[in-house]
Amino acid sequence: MASPLSGKWSKVAVFLLCLAPFFSLVWRGFQQELGTNPIEHVTHATGDWTLRFLLITLAVTPLRELARQPQLIRFRRTLGLFAFFYGSLHLVTYLWLDQFFDFSAIAADIVKRPFITAGFAGFVLMLPLAATSTAGWIRRLGGKRWRMLHRLIYASAAAGVIHYYWLVKSDVRLPLVYAALLAVLLVYRLAAWLPSSAPRVSLSRK
Amino acid sequence: MRLRYSDVTPRSQYLNRRRFLAGLLAAAPLARGAKLEAAKSPLSTDEPLTPYRDVTTYNNFYEFGTNKDQPARLAAKFRTSPWTVKVEGHVAKPREFDIDSLVKLAPLEERIYRLRCVEGWSMVIPWIGYSLAALIRQVEPTAKAKYVAFESYYDMGQMPQGRYAGIPLPYVEGLRLDEASHPLAILCFGLYGEMLPNQNGAPVRLVAPWKYGFKSIKSLAKIRFVEKQPPTTWMLSAPHEYGFYSNVNPEVDHPRWSQARERRIGEFFKRPTLKFNGYGDQVAGLYAGMDLRKNY
Repeated sequence: MASPLSGKWSKVAVFLLCLAPFFSLVWRGFQQELGTNPIEHVTHATGDWTLRFLLITLAVTPLRELARQPQLIRFRRTLGLFAFFYGSLHLVTYLWLDQFFDFSAIAADIVKRPFITAGFAGFVLMLPLAATSTAGWIRRLGGKRWRMLHRLIYASAAAGVIHYYWLVKSDVRLPLVYAALLAVLLVYRLAAWLPSSAPRVSLSRK
Repeated sequence: MRLRYSDVTPRSQYLNRRRFLAGLLAAAPLARGAKLEAAKSPLSTDEPLTPYRDVTTYNNFYEFGTNKDQPARLAAKFRTSPWTVKVEGHVAKPREFDIDSLVKLAPLEERIYRLRCVEGWSMVIPWIGYSLAALIRQVEPTAKAKYVAFESYYDMGQMPQGRYAGIPLPYVEGLRLDEASHPLAILCFGLYGEMLPNQNGAPVRLVAPWKYGFKSIKSLAKIRFVEKQPPTTWMLSAPHEYGFYSNVNPEVDHPRWSQARERRIGEFFKRPTLKFNGYGDQVAGLYAGMDLRKNY
């Protein structure tokens, strides 16, 4: 029996699920239910979802290996692109609703404020990944080089977590949760690269 | 259309209900939500008020959680009666006030002040209280008293979120004696015509409108007149980010964000932040000759 994960509609379902936080924001925005400081709410929500989607994307490989669900790979590009989507919304919120496109102030912020520098770096690192996410680019670059390039997601996620950690005033519990999750996901990969580690379950599609 | 509780029950009625319940319990005159009569003050601004709902649901009160919506929920059962405020240190007449006598120490006034949070947002709030100077006169500071140290109430049992606040508690703050004696600085007991809701610092707090909001310490338990500059919670927590004075100043940025502009709650565009939060005419003299970049 075919797993529901490889079903025809599963990709559509995942796509719609990924859009749910966005529609929730839009809906509550129209209902004027984003709280006392709606712009702050949108800024935080889009930032949170960027980090969550980065971590979910990074969880695909460990999950397909540990849960023996190789077909999960079908969703990885969608998940990664949604990290980029929410990251773009987060950036636009900052550029527009926080800075009102005052580009000299924005440039000063990026240079002067480490948490903005980190956040901006995290976004810039996602750009080549989003741009080369198509099958055509995988072909053009070749699988090996494409995979090398896409390891930039590790740096992007790390920059995102640092961005969050540096911006909170005193209660660092949530940034530390994100940091811990990211650490687990990165250590998993590190363990796999170490020559002494046990051979991995091979899931390459042949 | 969505209905809120406030649409169903008129405000006057639920206030009545509370007063009725308070009467049943033979509670102190300072029952929650009870009305407070106050005279108008020439020190008030005539800017449009921030709605009651926003003032009472968007709060920084880390003892009750670090999310803005938490204090309104988690402080609901906070016990503010009985309550005493200890006034001690270099004063001729140290005294422990119970809240009922403290509120009657001087005539109550409505002071509509701007509130500027260090995070970059602001409100306009109709506080009720009287100048802290009235209390200071009562206890007669001695020549040694140069600063006033304030301490919030802290009870881990009632404030279990406090352990996650990331700042040392009890919360402490301080003012120079001349700042504390300035007529704009008030001991505050209410807002919007009623007793302070718990999340806003019941039953008594400080309001110093020319300083960032965190200077206006909530749920006051102790006032101590001291000789040396007292520690403040945010200085203890991050000394390079928060100074003793913490006057609102668009020219001196927080190390991590600009203070040049602010978002007035309810407004879309940011507005420029005013030096001393617009109270420069009254308070700038307190800082004559001081380098405000160094004394941030």
